[in-house]
Amino acid sequence: MDNVQLEELARQCRRHIVRMIHSAGAGHPGGSLSAIDILVALYANKLRFDVENPDWEDRDRFVMSKGHASPAVYSILHEVGFISEADMMSFRKMGSVCQGHVDMKWTDGVDFSAGSLGMGLSFGLGCALAARMDSSDRDIWVMVGDGEIQEGQFWEAAMAADFHSVGRLNLIVDRNRIQNDDFVEVQMEVGDVAKKLSSFGWDVKEIDGHSMEEVVSAIEWSSNNISSPTAIIAHTTKGKGVSFMENNPSFHGKAPTDEELRLSLEELS
Amino acid sequence: MSAPSTGGASRDGYGSALLRLSSDPRVVVLEADLGKSTKSCHFRELYPERTISLGIAEQNMVLVASGMASSGKIPFASTFAIFTERGFEQVRNGVARPGLVVHLCGSHGGVHTGTDGSSAQSIEDLALYRTIPGMTVMHPCDDLSAEELTVQLLNHENPSYTRTARNKTPRMYDQETCKSLKIGKGSVLREGGDVAIISCGVMVSESMKAAEYLSSKGIEATVVDMHTLKPLDTELIDELAGKCKGLVTAEDHSVIGGLGSAVAEHVSYNGVTPLRMVGVSDRFGESGTPQELMDAMGITYGDIAISCESLMS
Repeated sequence: MDNVQLEELARQCRRHIVRMIHSAGAGHPGGSLSAIDILVALYANKLRFDVENPDWEDRDRFVMSKGHASPAVYSILHEVGFISEADMMSFRKMGSVCQGHVDMKWTDGVDFSAGSLGMGLSFGLGCALAARMDSSDRDIWVMVGDGEIQEGQFWEAAMAADFHSVGRLNLIVDRNRIQNDDFVEVQMEVGDVAKKLSSFGWDVKEIDGHSMEEVVSAIEWSSNNISSPTAIIAHTTKGKGVSFMENNPSFHGKAPTDEELRLSLEELS
Repeated sequence: MSAPSTGGASRDGYGSALLRLSSDPRVVVLEADLGKSTKSCHFRELYPERTISLGIAEQNMVLVASGMASSGKIPFASTFAIFTERGFEQVRNGVARPGLVVHLCGSHGGVHTGTDGSSAQSIEDLALYRTIPGMTVMHPCDDLSAEELTVQLLNHENPSYTRTARNKTPRMYDQETCKSLKIGKGSVLREGGDVAIISCGVMVSESMKAAEYLSSKGIEATVVDMHTLKPLDTELIDELAGKCKGLVTAEDHSVIGGLGSAVAEHVSYNGVTPLRMVGVSDRFGESGTPQELMDAMGITYGDIAISCESLMS
């Protein structure tokens, strides 16, 4: 897909995201909307997977560590054919394959059970070590939130990934600057993440996470760098695409009202 | 059924088991700086390419193991029992919840660990892991049984936690008898119709001593090595409850949540089985020799015998 097509697909996913969360009456729009441009670029152009065989062992892995951004994952899994419209819209309802937080046990196409922050990079590292033992060229992609990296385990994994020189481990930090209670800088500023990861031995690139051109080229850069673990720090806007949700901490984990849904879909048309 | 006490500690059995498992290329070993203590070091020596050192970072180790399990590997990860607890939520959310088959081993469990003091003496690990849905929980009593049960994990379909002990204990099995062990099935080491002692880990040999003492007093005790706390062999417990005057549990673990609790939870349904629990009361350990600590905590063969006698009156 070219960038214009990717942007259109991202807009469609944003519509799914707000509809899903409105229908569930709960969920996390802010961090889903900040992440979706990257997910679209990954799934549409990069990740190797087989919808007919979700457990294909040589598929690339996408580990969504910020599991509350599940609507973003479900929207793109729907677009690429893993889950139906009905499944997607059953988000958070009893028995749904679309659990509140992404869960590999429930959803085809999901490679990790998230919901507890700070664990995804470790899991991705395990996947990457196994791939190397198998002499497989499958790539492992991990997305974390910026609030999430306050967890100590993230840095344990960052240190271990460098120590074990896993080149096919690709990290994306969704640097949207807002966490549950407030702005990251108020809760516990994480500072210069690129510098910190560089000092841990990672190759790092900073991008505008909503510029499809920059996203696509950073994904290529990361994928081609197999000599060391790589990180893309994606500077994003929480709630991107819906004006009243943008950079608004109150939409970290709140469903839109009927009127807010109408306004959202109007803006995303 | 008991054999001469020439064996090692149950952690040695874990180390030997990993070597036996090495012929399966899916087996990988993860360490958090304590491989020399948990005895995974022997595997590392021969198979460094399948041994992952994670440093002193247990939470990361647990999720690296689950990532490897999701990619077709059979990970065996170990550290001290107490330090596995730092990764408890990781085991709960990152291993058991998605049903990924990771085998975690915590060595140096219980006050029997000795002079290191209370910081190293996990007395709550069995309780913690028992609460996780789908988790198999084991605490073998000697090196040979630890080896046999660990080897059986190769084809086990659930994630597991196995507690091993730092110090040597008398062997309850020999090379032949340990082959009859089966995960989830209690092993009857001695039969007697008056009282049944259900024990695990280092307390199994104490239970055998208690039974011998009781026999000299005319009380005959059955002794069970309940090496698997979960799934619990409830069939065996029902059988013993039916034929004996009561049950006594014995463990080097808090009386809250361990083997005694597991048995109590089960027999509470029939409402008539008298039960006594020998274990660490609601307190921490301290530095001391294993024997000093067992005396101080009230978990010796004498304590087991007193509990058994109390059921006879």
